[in-house]
Amino acid sequence: MTYITKPKVAHPSLPRNELGFTRRDYEGALSTLCAGCGHDSITAAITEACWDLSLEPQNVVKLSGIGCSSKTTAYFVSGGHGFNSVHGRMPSIAMGANAANRALHYIGVSGDGDTLSIGLGQFCHAIRRNVNMLYIIENNGVYGLTKGQFSASADIGTKAKKGETNFQPPIDPVLLAMTLGASFVARSFSGDKRQLVPLIQAGLRHKGFALIDVLSPCVTFNDHEGSTKSYAYTREHYEPAVHADFVPLEREIVADYKEGETLPVVMHDGSRIVLRKLEQGYDPTNRIAAAVQIQERMKAGEYLTGLLYVEESESEFHDINATPDEPLNSLPYEALSPGSKGLEKILGRYR
Amino acid sequence: MSMSSSGAVDKRVNDFAIKIATVNGTGSASANTLLMKSIFRSGIPVMGKNYFPSNIQGLPTWYEIRVTKDGYVARSGRVDIMVAMNAETYAKDVKEVTPGGFLIYDSTWPRPALLKREDITVLGVPLARLCNENFNGVRTRILMKNICYAGVLAALLDLDLELIRKLLAETYAKKPQLVDSNMKAIQLGHDFARQNFPCPLPLHVQRMDKTAGHILIDGNTAAALGCVFAGATVAAWYPITPSTSVMDAYKGFCDRTRVDPQTGKKNFAFIQAEDELAAIGMVIGAMWNGARAFTATSGPGISLMNEFLGLAYYAEVPAVIFDIQRVGPSTGMPTRTQQCDVMECAYASHGDTRHVCLYPANPEECFYMAVQAFDLAERLQTPVFVLSDLDIGMNDWMCRDLKWDDNYRPDRGKVLDKEAVEKLEKFYRYLDKDGDGIGYRTFPGVTPKGAYFTRGSGHTQYGTYTEDSVEYQILLDRLLKKWDTAKKLVPRAVIDATAGSDIGIVSIGSCEGAIHEAMDILKTHDVAVDYMRVRSFPFSEDVERFLATHKLVFVVEQNRDAQFRALLTLETAVEKAKLRSLLHYNGLPISSTFIVDGVLAEIRPRDLARRKDAAAG
Repeated sequence: MTYITKPKVAHPSLPRNELGFTRRDYEGALSTLCAGCGHDSITAAITEACWDLSLEPQNVVKLSGIGCSSKTTAYFVSGGHGFNSVHGRMPSIAMGANAANRALHYIGVSGDGDTLSIGLGQFCHAIRRNVNMLYIIENNGVYGLTKGQFSASADIGTKAKKGETNFQPPIDPVLLAMTLGASFVARSFSGDKRQLVPLIQAGLRHKGFALIDVLSPCVTFNDHEGSTKSYAYTREHYEPAVHADFVPLEREIVADYKEGETLPVVMHDGSRIVLRKLEQGYDPTNRIAAAVQIQERMKAGEYLTGLLYVEESESEFHDINATPDEPLNSLPYEALSPGSKGLEKILGRYR
Repeated sequence: MSMSSSGAVDKRVNDFAIKIATVNGTGSASANTLLMKSIFRSGIPVMGKNYFPSNIQGLPTWYEIRVTKDGYVARSGRVDIMVAMNAETYAKDVKEVTPGGFLIYDSTWPRPALLKREDITVLGVPLARLCNENFNGVRTRILMKNICYAGVLAALLDLDLELIRKLLAETYAKKPQLVDSNMKAIQLGHDFARQNFPCPLPLHVQRMDKTAGHILIDGNTAAALGCVFAGATVAAWYPITPSTSVMDAYKGFCDRTRVDPQTGKKNFAFIQAEDELAAIGMVIGAMWNGARAFTATSGPGISLMNEFLGLAYYAEVPAVIFDIQRVGPSTGMPTRTQQCDVMECAYASHGDTRHVCLYPANPEECFYMAVQAFDLAERLQTPVFVLSDLDIGMNDWMCRDLKWDDNYRPDRGKVLDKEAVEKLEKFYRYLDKDGDGIGYRTFPGVTPKGAYFTRGSGHTQYGTYTEDSVEYQILLDRLLKKWDTAKKLVPRAVIDATAGSDIGIVSIGSCEGAIHEAMDILKTHDVAVDYMRVRSFPFSEDVERFLATHKLVFVVEQNRDAQFRALLTLETAVEKAKLRSLLHYNGLPISSTFIVDGVLAEIRPRDLARRKDAAAG
């Protein structure tokens, strides 16, 4: 795990972002996951996304539960606080932390066991509350740390390393989130950095709960023949439906998009997501139609990927709670206490 | 007087108990509050206890009002006047009246067979008939029937009708038409009693001046007020009786004092969680991130929070938890009181854990201990429990006025700001620089140099992950050192050693009122005892000393398994054999007679034996 510190040596020629930081400044401790683990690619994508967005490292808050995926919060942005909490309960830590200080960027990293089994309830309720956070599921269909049991995202018919077949239907976090009213729902693949990095950026800038379910093969326990979450199977069956390019407010749209192919979505801070449809007839702004199409393709054994649903109008937790712009944790005590005169007035009702 | 008469009745002014038996959901609460407040406003100390069912409408409910010139705050165990409004419980209610007492019942339907008791006086009032003749609508008639018995009692006890009118005007300030209809019902009952019975009864009230500088408040309201004054900004909870009113009250106070009138922005976050696991997670997340946060729950909620509590203990994240204890185990009796979470809270969670617990004795202490809990949690960087109970939390207690010192500022403990971190060569979260077992913490969003990784897995004093035996143990031992520091910071026990006796009573929380009264009664039996009320865990040094200097110690508590006594034997050097348990655990608040009887049962045979020995010698 994180007892190995990475040496911080930056070559002078490394590119720097608007804050003058190199990518190295957004890295964390050395990963102790298995060589070739999909999760490490996701860590790299998060690092890249944070660097490219020029986030102040101390403003990045990294939260996780328990499992291989949850270890990864130690592997990126070492300048931000991390909280590796208890199994399946990261969403409540995120909610509390976010309630205390709305001004920071909250990144929750979880796994399919952490989110879809032990943490299913908290996951659902974080969506319902629309906590302003990016929630990444590193989804490999298997329990790695306990050596290869099926998780709740394992497909019917998929085989375990030791040959056992799964007969229970999977819980799909994407469909679940769409049903619960999530306003930013994406699926990606750890092996597709080009797709993943802009999704992370868009998710970080999205107002409210942003979910990215990332298929992330487990090289040790779920990368064999007969598994539907192996690298080979995923590469063959994942279908980019909508590509999202993220364009921060301060940048011009430079890519060459053909008219009619793209759909720009303006975000609350003025940034834009430029959506490029790759799947015939897919509309990532129509919750019901999108959900139908995702399920139809799933039935055919294929995963649609990309920014599958997005909507920018929702109010997040703090809008509903009517909290002030100033974080609650920095309000002066004087703004919180009614004082002795206030107390005297209150006690009048109890005489 | 009508019906049977008991003959001689003691004249007891300002010293008697009334019990009112009704059906829940019929509005009797307003009538009972009205009676309580009118006695309180007459300057007479008063106690009120509500025994209610876990139900919304239709089950039996009782309310006990004790008028007590001496200012006792516990049950006496007597029922001098019973108002029997619930036909279903008549038989039981009649039996409960103390000989020489009175029974008031609704004589619209006479029940001579049921009410046969020679040693009490039965007063029949046709409440239903009076209300049916004077009010329209089924609901109104039911509600007014209850107000009407308050009118009957007003005449019998000689309560001031003007005072009652004033109270009604305050309650219904926004619906003045209700003042007239309620007053009409009061008058109906009052006039009937005046015309049919010799009023006032020998048991009645007489104006005093003993409630000035006092309030009538329940512990949950007081605790919530403490949270507001402590500067708590994040409140997360899952509804559970009897703790819910802590949250309701907090929100109510915040809505009145924490909302910007111009913008409507709220200086607090109020989150109803999906369960208690999430509630404590939110509290931990918020306090980790620098806000003061709390939750309120009861025993079942604490059971669910156990895993997170261990995390907060080991990762050293402050949290404040109010446990309003109710009868267990399991769902138990949710609307009855006990002190049955003493052990659960002290050692909550797996692994070696110990938690700071505060034991308030009344609403007044709930207020001050709420504030203290936040200061201790942040100073010690650990969860702090406030163990109240249903009796304190949901009943109105007469308390001294709450006071506030405007010089108070929250003790945030050892928190490094940006400047302080920048001065360090390197920041280490769990390093014991000061030798008190407490490290320094930083909040997210301040400086990358202060960033650290919080985890419930093994970690070193430098904040890194470890599976190294030595490093693991260094940290675990340091937590013990912190525990020693806690002993110096927690509220000390309250000790009354004026008797200079070698017999002591030791107790916690809401037993206080009954013990004080019991000690007065014991004096009349020539038994003088010392008394120590423990107010916190870990136990301060004075606890050890009191136990050591008394030969026989009665440990009074409200659970079956003597949990507090067990904690004393585990955590002090006391000799187990000299601790005698007096255990009250039927769900009702402990009474003074229970303690007196328990003490005498132990001491009398000893005295007799001693005298016998002396005579033989």
